[in-house]
Amino acid sequence: MLDGRSMIRRRAGLRLWLSAGWLGLLLCLALAAPWIAPKDPLAQDLFLGRMPPFWQAGAEPGYLLGTDSLGRDVLSRIIHGARLALLVAVVAGAATCVIGACLGLMAGFLRGWADLVISRMIDIWMAFPPVLFSILLIAVLGPGLWSIIIAIVVIDWTRFARVIRAEAMSQGAMDYVASAHVAGRGRLGTMLREILPNVLPTIVVLLTLEMGIAVIVEAILSFVNLSISSDDPTWGGMIAEGRSSIHQAWWVLVFPLITLFLTVLSFSQLGEGLKDRFDPVLR
Amino acid sequence: MQILRILLMRLTTTAITLLGVAIIVFFVIRVVPGNPVAMMLPPGATEDDIARLNALYGLDKSLVAQFGIWLSGVVQGDFGTSITSRQPVLGLVLGRLPATLELSIMALVIACLLGGAAALTGTRYRGTRTEAAIDVADGVALSVPDFLWGLVLILLFGVLVPIFHISGRVTPSLDLPFTTNFYLFESLLRLRLDLWADIVSHMFMPALALAIPLAAIIGQLLKQSLKETMNLDYVTLARTKGYGETRVILREALRNAALPTLTLVGVQFTFLIGGTVIIERLFSYEGLGNMAIDAVINRDLPLIQGIVILFAVIFTAVNLAVDLLYAVLNPRLRHA
Repeated sequence: MLDGRSMIRRRAGLRLWLSAGWLGLLLCLALAAPWIAPKDPLAQDLFLGRMPPFWQAGAEPGYLLGTDSLGRDVLSRIIHGARLALLVAVVAGAATCVIGACLGLMAGFLRGWADLVISRMIDIWMAFPPVLFSILLIAVLGPGLWSIIIAIVVIDWTRFARVIRAEAMSQGAMDYVASAHVAGRGRLGTMLREILPNVLPTIVVLLTLEMGIAVIVEAILSFVNLSISSDDPTWGGMIAEGRSSIHQAWWVLVFPLITLFLTVLSFSQLGEGLKDRFDPVLR
Repeated sequence: MQILRILLMRLTTTAITLLGVAIIVFFVIRVVPGNPVAMMLPPGATEDDIARLNALYGLDKSLVAQFGIWLSGVVQGDFGTSITSRQPVLGLVLGRLPATLELSIMALVIACLLGGAAALTGTRYRGTRTEAAIDVADGVALSVPDFLWGLVLILLFGVLVPIFHISGRVTPSLDLPFTTNFYLFESLLRLRLDLWADIVSHMFMPALALAIPLAAIIGQLLKQSLKETMNLDYVTLARTKGYGETRVILREALRNAALPTLTLVGVQFTFLIGGTVIIERLFSYEGLGNMAIDAVINRDLPLIQGIVILFAVIFTAVNLAVDLLYAVLNPRLRHA
């Protein structure tokens, strides 16, 4: 019989590689979109509306995954949509991570009034329904890429702050922190040199999960038609169109949905896989 | 005494939280570009008309004064008048609340059933392939949010095998004899099972979409604490008495393993309620969330405020209830 730990590690490893592989592929597609997308994602052809994918009768050659109601190529729109999705994932994820982790560190390690204010803010934020909050923010900021990113940061910083605060508190109570203090290191120095490296694995895991969340938020905002201009290819926008024509052209919904599903699943599994790697008990 | 003190402390922080929500939502939506009042009037309206209407809705006063007026109204149960429908916000919002509550509660029940079944099966067959399969299913269910599950369900059971309705709350052509907006409960009470079946077939898919991630969380956590409980002495004792494994799990272990899961379910339930906003939109379900998105699109400021505050009240009330329930159920806190 296999040793239980090595089995868990092997499964975690496979999970890690599969999800990293999909995200890597997606990144390549996004970077090379203008060269590899078979069609112009914005080009409309009203004579070629709602063409089915290639294996079905009546398919139009050259449109592998069919066309939407305006005759735009579904495959090309998915490939171009990957650019926006990944851009939002990376930029919004990173910005949320930096701000949330900083506030969490301050609250958890410095304690005092900083903790009081930040914790109270977290409580207030937790009382907002996040989807409604993001839609409200986009209404305030106006649609556009930067609005989406700002909305994600404003709403999701608490995800980092909550966890990092708790981690920083438990790290702060440990002996090594006290000895750093005895060795003459200041509070800020201790926070950055001693606490931060120890909570870094948690931050990386949260960052990966947040990237998946950012992709979903962008899709939801596009779905309610508040993301960027409705012509630009976004997965959420495609899904919204597919939802409304679901009985006439299922492929307009299915292919972007599969892409989005795999992407979100990959970010999440990557995060969980990294968590297992970092977890000293399993290692 | 302990419980009373916890209650008082939690009530104070709840009040602060709600005030914070009120302040943020009030000032954030006042930054929304576009004058909502100008949008109400026909194109030929004069400046004078706009100013009169502004005064009517109190929009000509300073922001702080507007906030004061609004807050004192809210405390007295007056949430203002909706700009688009010109009806009192409180009535509109309370009219939609039952739909959202029924959906959330149905989702919670489904999540507990699914998650509980997964945890019990996983514990019963621990160490086998069955447990591994349940773990993988839990992992996938947890990784993908309700929005995507909703779309997957629409495709599977709305289009591929059309057995459920994918939009609305009830078939519009039906004659509804209800006096309240709790359609699901009232149809059951009136023994109108035909209506009840129609309502359930509309609600089942959005509720399931909301339930799947929570079911996974319950499944994982309950299984973990069940497995820990299974190693305790009293469970071993029950086993030596000759009880079967299934009976030991159900009769002996479950009761003690459920407490940690319960607190988590409370917090997660608020996330589920938050998820109703987009799920209601996806399934064209006439609840609060769908109304909220329309209100944002129409720039209906009083209505947005009312809905956000109501959501915040629900969230904090659920958290408060869970904390109290935990204090009551946990003997260590009760006797401290």
